[in-house]
Amino acid sequence: MLPPIIPLAIRAFTATSALGRGLAAHHDALQAAHSGLRANDFSSAPLECWVGRVGGLEHVALPEALSTWECRNNRLAWLGLQQDGFLDAVTAARERYGAARVALLMGTSTASIGATEEAYRRLDPDGGFPDDMLRPPIHAPHSLAGFLAAALGLEGPCLTISTACSSSAKVFASAERMLRLGLIDAAVVGGVDTLCDSVLFGFNALELVSRAPCRPFDSARNGISIGEAAGFALLERADAAPDAPRLLGYGEASDAHHMSTPHPQGLGAELALRDALARAGLEPAQVDYINLHGTASQKNDEVEAALIARAFPASTRASSTKGFTGHTLGAAGILEAVIALLAIEHGLVPGNLGGADPDPACGPQFAWHNEQRAVDVALSNSFGFGGNNACLAFARAERRA
Amino acid sequence: MSMLSIYVDGVGVWSPALGDFAALRAMLAGETVPVPPARPPAATLPANERRRAPESVLLAAEVAGQAVAMSGRDAATLACVFASSHGDQPITDYMCATLAGTPAELSPTRFHNSVHNAPAGYWTIATGCHAPSNAVCAQRASFGAGLLEAACLVRADAQPVLLVCSDTAGSGPLLEVTGCAAPFACALVLAPQRGACTLARLDLHLCPGSITDAPAASAVPADWVASSPSASALPLLALLAQGAGRCRLMAAGSLGMDVHLEECA
Repeated sequence: MLPPIIPLAIRAFTATSALGRGLAAHHDALQAAHSGLRANDFSSAPLECWVGRVGGLEHVALPEALSTWECRNNRLAWLGLQQDGFLDAVTAARERYGAARVALLMGTSTASIGATEEAYRRLDPDGGFPDDMLRPPIHAPHSLAGFLAAALGLEGPCLTISTACSSSAKVFASAERMLRLGLIDAAVVGGVDTLCDSVLFGFNALELVSRAPCRPFDSARNGISIGEAAGFALLERADAAPDAPRLLGYGEASDAHHMSTPHPQGLGAELALRDALARAGLEPAQVDYINLHGTASQKNDEVEAALIARAFPASTRASSTKGFTGHTLGAAGILEAVIALLAIEHGLVPGNLGGADPDPACGPQFAWHNEQRAVDVALSNSFGFGGNNACLAFARAERRA
Repeated sequence: MSMLSIYVDGVGVWSPALGDFAALRAMLAGETVPVPPARPPAATLPANERRRAPESVLLAAEVAGQAVAMSGRDAATLACVFASSHGDQPITDYMCATLAGTPAELSPTRFHNSVHNAPAGYWTIATGCHAPSNAVCAQRASFGAGLLEAACLVRADAQPVLLVCSDTAGSGPLLEVTGCAAPFACALVLAPQRGACTLARLDLHLCPGSITDAPAASAVPADWVASSPSASALPLLALLAQGAGRCRLMAAGSLGMDVHLEECA
């Protein structure tokens, strides 16, 4: 059994997705049960599906000094940083602790692969990249974190975590370890993934993409809707921000089963959940809300619904919010961590949008419609290809663990 | 800055010139070493997986298998960190070329093998490992950043950890922007305490500031180090082979990491 960790303060957080820019836009859309999905108008060739696209990203420009990092993924990162005063909060942390004492830990599945795809669509007659795409840093998976280190002026540990769809959940775990060991005094964590042909046609090739808006945990669900998002959180020790919500715990585990389908009994997901509860010092009955991975793929939802049914009492409420945002892949961990934090702040359990005809595997924990109730403790599940599982536990400040 | 002390219980190496850690030791002692086969045997993978695994997975599984065997530990219980600056470049090249021409024909298998954590996935499946697994990168600093992440796991949770750092060679038009001339892979099994198999103790100190201008004095040929971002591990691997000394790695773009190595064998 793992010992509990000392909870950390989440001094600032923000998200930008198909639901809009910043926390208020997300809260409003959740409250109104309004999905951000739309018919696919993104891929370079037609593909019948729905996407969670961030509006207006084409008109976002990076500052001139950062123009070498120009690509859709870094534009979304830049747009995301401008929301909810997040940039100012990072600047303050950098000034308080020093640039080398603030870590930058980013999750992404495909980073700016969209730029590499574009370079291949416009190869020179000699077969090489066009001149304007000869910018090596954007053709590497560290592009996002490299861009953010330059944009934020941070000089501490800087790492990209890329474990597919658990990426930007696992950054919280890395940050907690570095803080606990005294290597840093603050960490900017988060993740960004943008729509690109690789994931649209890749998931389509795996027959995992729905032609209609995704329906998580519906008995007739038939695949995912892919989305894009940016999300960030600033972590510090609890005494530095006594009134901020808390990261209580985290769990990480591997399925050891299959590259693209989950363990049939949800073994890795359950190990991650148990570790998160142990580190948070929580019993299952103390959990008020769980934001589920709930992708609307056949297998994920079947396995995850069974796990929730056997591990939690009916008083714990659970839902997937991918019907709102689509599956934002490497950004799903941070986006749904932010939704869990909004649930705590506003006492809003978001309804499981798209689940009109619940799968019989779903227990009484499922919130099919919005519920207004106190949420003191919230979990967020994130599972990725390769059997990579993560679970995060958050709480409001008043609850001192 | 704080110091992290960890112990090295196993080492794996693979490059076009070196088939394992013993070959590196022999090379540094002035001996001629046999050239390994082009395709890493990756014997830890089941035969059917070995046949269809992409190059990035074969490289990582080969060195991971070497290091774990040397450590005498059970792979099923080891948390693991797989670092790679560029992932599987032949797959990225294939995917971008296919998407530019016939996107609807993209191979589903190559797509799921394209995730950065494919080596971690294949490894945990092959070894029945349910411990946390991670896949990371940090441009040219991937080895140092991966070592820092692994050392944090070792010290924070008092557990042994497998670290793998590997890159395939560049492929197609992508080669021009990645500059990876040759494949390189290495692995370390790291532990919180000295044990029967321990080779050395590493003391890691973070030192603010870029080290890109610092001279790289090492016993290994400079063109080997330049051939792959993962080969930035070679100065540390050379110290392990020789027994003691200091080197400086990049832990991030603007963060150096001094490594002080003491022999424990």
